Amino acid sequence: MRLAEAWRVALDALRANRLRSLLTMLGVVIGVAAVVALVAIGTGTKEQIERQVEGLGSNLLLVVPGRIEAGSAPTSSPLTLDDIDAINRVVGDRTRVAVTIASGETVRAGSRTRFSSMQGVLETTPTVFVRRLDRGSYLTRTDVSTGRRVAVLGAGTARDLFGDRDPIGRQITIGGVRFRVIGVFERLGQSLGVDRDGEVHVPVTAAQRLLGTERIDGIAIRAPDRERIGELSDAVVAALAERHPDTDFSAVTQEQILGVLGDILGVLTGVLAAIAGISLLVGGVGVSNIMLVSVRERTKEIGLRKAVGARPRDIGVQFLLEAVLLTTTGGVLGMLLGGSAALLVDRLSPVPAALTWWSMALAFGVSAAVGIIFGVVPAQRAGRLDPVVALRTE
Amino acid sequence: MSTPAIVAQDVSRTYQLDGLSVPALRGVSLTVEPGDYVAIVGTSGSGKSTLMHLLGGLDRPTGGTLLIGGRDVARLTPNELAELRNTTIGFVFQSFHLLARTTAQDNVGLPLVYRGIGRRERRDRAAAMLERVGLAHRITHRPNQMSGGEQQRVAIARALVTGPSVLLADEPTGNLDSATGQSVLALLESLNDDGVAVVLVTHDREVAARARRQIVMRDGLISATR
Repeated sequence: MRLAEAWRVALDALRANRLRSLLTMLGVVIGVAAVVALVAIGTGTKEQIERQVEGLGSNLLLVVPGRIEAGSAPTSSPLTLDDIDAINRVVGDRTRVAVTIASGETVRAGSRTRFSSMQGVLETTPTVFVRRLDRGSYLTRTDVSTGRRVAVLGAGTARDLFGDRDPIGRQITIGGVRFRVIGVFERLGQSLGVDRDGEVHVPVTAAQRLLGTERIDGIAIRAPDRERIGELSDAVVAALAERHPDTDFSAVTQEQILGVLGDILGVLTGVLAAIAGISLLVGGVGVSNIMLVSVRERTKEIGLRKAVGARPRDIGVQFLLEAVLLTTTGGVLGMLLGGSAALLVDRLSPVPAALTWWSMALAFGVSAAVGIIFGVVPAQRAGRLDPVVALRTE
Repeated sequence: MSTPAIVAQDVSRTYQLDGLSVPALRGVSLTVEPGDYVAIVGTSGSGKSTLMHLLGGLDRPTGGTLLIGGRDVARLTPNELAELRNTTIGFVFQSFHLLARTTAQDNVGLPLVYRGIGRRERRDRAAAMLERVGLAHRITHRPNQMSGGEQQRVAIARALVTGPSVLLADEPTGNLDSATGQSVLALLESLNDDGVAVVLVTHDREVAARARRQIVMRDGLISATR
C-alpha cells in the first residue's frame, strides 16, 4: 500500500468519528499546550532576570569584603580610598574602577522629603555601570577630590522632590547637609525587585564626611574584555589581601551571578515541563485506549482488507498512522493554544513569557512520538488479526 | 490441460479450543481446474466454510498439502499468502462486506490498493468492472444507497478487479430474495463462461444443482461428489 493511500484511509477513519477523534485529541492538546505555555513562562522569567543582571553593565567584577556564602555574617569593610589607588595600579585604568559607600538618608527639598539610598561614588560610575543622565551633568573628578556637596538624583527621587519642576541648580539637604543638584538620571525601573530610581549620587568624599567615616563598602571594576575578568579578579583580590591580611575578599562576576540564577530557573522550567509532560502522557494513554476500541469496532473491515490482499504490515501502518495523525493534529492545536496562552499571560499579567522554537518543536515531536508509542500496540493487534476470525465477527 | 487452479490433498484443519482439539476438516482431497464450476454443499458445521477459507488462502491446513495457483500454502509467509489472495483469488461473501463510507467505485478498487496502484488507475479499472456487472450507473453510490443485489454485484466486481483465476463465493445468495439471487447466480455463471473458475459454497441444493460439479461435505469429510 502506498503511504499516501494509508494517510487518506487514516484521515477518513478519523473523520467518520469526529466527536470521538476530537475528544481523544483533547488530551494531547491540553498536554502540549501546558508544556508550551509553562516552558514559555519559565523561559520568559529567566530572560527577564538575565536582562536585569546584564543591565548592570557588561564585564563587571564586583569586589566586596567577606565571603559570599549563604549564612556568612556581613563583614564590616576595612576598605578605604587608599585601597582604590592600589587597585587603580593593578587595573591600570582608573576610569574602569568605581566605588560605593551607601547609606539610607532622608532627602529634603523645600517642604518635600523622601527616604533615599545615598551613594557615595567616584566620577567613574556612569562608565563602569551603564548609567545615562536625563539632564544636567554627572560628578567630576574635581567634585570628588574636593568633596564638593553636589548631587545627581535618580529619576524617582527627582520626581518625588521636585515634581515637574527642573531640579538642576536647586538645593536639597541630605541628612541635614545642603547639596546642590547638578544632574538627574534616566529612568531605570526595577531590577531584581529593587527600585533603582530612588538613588542620590554624591562624591564619595562628601559622603564619607557626612557619615563620619573613611570606609568604602564595595568596589566594581569593568574589565576590558570577558577573557581577562578571571585574571583581573585574582590580581585585585591578591592586592587587597596583601593590604588587609586579616580580611577575606570576594570577587564575583556577572557570569557567576547569571550562572547561579540561570541554573535555578532552568531547574524550575524543567520541573514545570515535566509536570505538563505527565498530562501529555495521560493523553497518550487515551489515544491508545481509543485505538484499541477502533480496532475492535473495525474487525470486519480488517478481515475484508486482509481477504483482498492486505499484508499484516499494511493494516498495522494504517492504524499507526491513524494514531499519529490524532496526536500530531492534537500537537499542532496544543502548540497554538499554549502559544496563545503564553502571549496572553505575557501581555495581560506581570508574569513574562517567551515562546521558544525548541519548546514548540519538542512538544510537536513528543506528540508524534506519543502517537507512535501508544499506537503500536493497537496497530500490532490489528495487523495480527486472523482474517477468518475477523470476517466472522458481526 | 494446464495446471489446476487449486489442489487439495488429504487436507485437514484442527482448531485448538481451550486445549481441546476440534477437527473441522479430517482429510479432504479435491481439485479445482481452471474454468471449473464447483458447488460445495453441506449443513452448517459440516466443514464447508473451513474448506472455503483454506481454498482461499485465508487459513492454513494443519495436515495434508494445499496448492493454490501451483504454490504450496504451507511454505508461504503471511505476506506471500496475502499476495496470493490478492492476485489469484476473488472472494464473495454472504454479507457482501463492503466498506460502508466508501463509494462503489472505491470499494471495487480496494484490492488494487494493496498492489500499490495509484488512485486514478484504480478508479478506471473499478469503473470498467462495475460496468461489467451492470452497475455503471451506481459508481458513486455508497452501500447504503444500493439494494442487496446491487451490493453483491459490487462485491463481485471487487472480487474480479484483480483478474483472479478462482472466484470463491460463500453463500452469495444467502441474504438475497430468490429473484435477485437468480440474477447474481447468472452473473457468476456468465463470468464462469469467460473462463474464471467459480467455487460456490451453499447449503441450498437448488443453487448447488446449477454447478457443473457438486461436493457434499459432512462431518469434515467429503461424503459424496456428483
